[in-house]
Amino acid sequence: MAIVGKSSQSPGFQRNRLLMTAVLVVYFIYTFIPILYVITAASKTNPDLFSTFGLWFSNDFKLWDNLHELFTIQNGIFLQWLWNTFYYAVISAVGAAIFSTLAGYAFAKYEFVGKKFVFALVLGAVMIPQTALVIPIFLLLSKVGLLNTPFAVILPSLVFPPGVFLMRAYIDEAISNEIIDAGRVDGAGEFHIFSSLAFRMLMPGFTTVLILAFVASWNNYFLPLVVLNSTEHFPVTVGLANWYASATAGSGGNLLYTTVMAGALVSILPVIIAFLIMQRFWQGGLQAGGVKA
Amino acid sequence: MADIATGSIATAARRPRRRVIINKRIAPYFFLLPFIVFFVAFLIIPLIYAFDLSVYKSALVGGTRFVWFDNYKRAFTDPNFWDGVLLLFRFGAMQMPVMLILALFFALVLDSGVTYAKSFFRVSFFIPYAVPAVIATLLWGYMYSPSYGPFAQIAAGVGLPKPDFFNPSTILPSIANIAVWEFMGYNMIIYFAALQAIPTDLEEASLMDGASAFIYALRIKLPMIVPTIIVTIIFSIIGTLQLFSEPYLMINLARNVINSHFTPNLYAYTLAFTGQQYNYSAAISFVLGGVVAVVSYVFMLAANRGVDR
Repeated sequence: MAIVGKSSQSPGFQRNRLLMTAVLVVYFIYTFIPILYVITAASKTNPDLFSTFGLWFSNDFKLWDNLHELFTIQNGIFLQWLWNTFYYAVISAVGAAIFSTLAGYAFAKYEFVGKKFVFALVLGAVMIPQTALVIPIFLLLSKVGLLNTPFAVILPSLVFPPGVFLMRAYIDEAISNEIIDAGRVDGAGEFHIFSSLAFRMLMPGFTTVLILAFVASWNNYFLPLVVLNSTEHFPVTVGLANWYASATAGSGGNLLYTTVMAGALVSILPVIIAFLIMQRFWQGGLQAGGVKA
Repeated sequence: MADIATGSIATAARRPRRRVIINKRIAPYFFLLPFIVFFVAFLIIPLIYAFDLSVYKSALVGGTRFVWFDNYKRAFTDPNFWDGVLLLFRFGAMQMPVMLILALFFALVLDSGVTYAKSFFRVSFFIPYAVPAVIATLLWGYMYSPSYGPFAQIAAGVGLPKPDFFNPSTILPSIANIAVWEFMGYNMIIYFAALQAIPTDLEEASLMDGASAFIYALRIKLPMIVPTIIVTIIFSIIGTLQLFSEPYLMINLARNVINSHFTPNLYAYTLAFTGQQYNYSAAISFVLGGVVAVVSYVFMLAANRGVDR
């Protein structure tokens, strides 16, 4: 195969590189059109949204007014939704990451009765349709009186099977059996080995699961849609979707399209910024999960 | 006394070793316990409960009674359910190849280094994954709008008829576009990571020009990440068959096209929460779970055969 040829400085390489970069720029534009749209739409008056071009700003820059409207409408319920989304996601993610790490450690480093069976169950769990789980969870929660409380969203979110696979794969790679055995020879107990030796070494995997579980909870829609019914408990996804539905159905009263767009902008920016800051973590962890998968 | 003394000395001498052995045997159960408790409470028990629901039938007259597999029989012949499944097959057949081929192509380009600003593109393409599906649907729903969407505005500007994103023949591509936008980057990152993990002869690679580097990646590296590709396809199949949020949120925009049984999950949701038919809804969910399992399994068998050849 004639793969030995021009060096990376050759004109041929430069031309190919420009061509490929151009292809990537086209997809980049596609990726960012909706983001540009939400920024411009959130900066317009409602009449301007209909009368000016969607992908650019109008002469009347109303972003601050729209944000003010967003945070004061219906007694400032939007801020409550943001806060709910945030604290549901933090508690779910921390809990899910701890449980996944402990379980992943057990699967990676121990032999025990029923290991294969339990792992197969956890694997199979990803195939279960949402409705098959959420509808019975709804009925069961209503029996124990937890319906329409924050617990109804948080408790089911603590089960995050992908986190268990990822941690199992990560721990397999990152922690050698020799280190654990060395700890045992020194007379350290199993829990001591985990907390003082292993935990530090599996931190990168833990951070990845934390981020993935956080995003899963932040994006969750179906579960809160079903188990919550008072607006003060809603996360942003359910709240905004309700506003959107009433705006598009024309029954929204004073709900404006631009307010919905301002809400969309405010709810995606923090996560995008967090992703940019933490890219080292999610990239490293997806690597471990992806390769082992 | 002496016996006890020797006994205790013997135990003391043996203790560290024995404690380790016992610990090693029971420790995994402690590590598993927190996860398993919640797994049982929020996964196993709800499933058992749903199965229990699915073998009963409640009627206004006569109350709830045990009906064996009547609900399943009904589900197996329910056109509302199977139309939804068929629709998702059509949806997956257009959405999955586009998304996964793009993801593979970009991963190969980024991995072979035939581009400027590699990490910039890698991160930007992943960004939509951070946008909740609900918000993504909302954004594209706005952009598809015939009255204020930019596509309609551009069409009007150049004198073309307004594109209709919500009629029976365009609704699936419209939803597929949202799904590609959201998940292409996620799959790309997974492929990219798998490609990066393949050890390469750096000297050889540095001697290649762009095109041969790409062909090298295609011929040599692509076959090595086939297991990763199979996993992403299975996850995409599972995700596709569970489609709910996007069509649910677009009901107001496409009233004549998206009905209450547009997808199986939408159907199960409607049965449960507007029809109070929890029993039949549970049966529908289980049949859908069965469809997911069968399709994934058949695909895996086919993929393994292909790999073996």
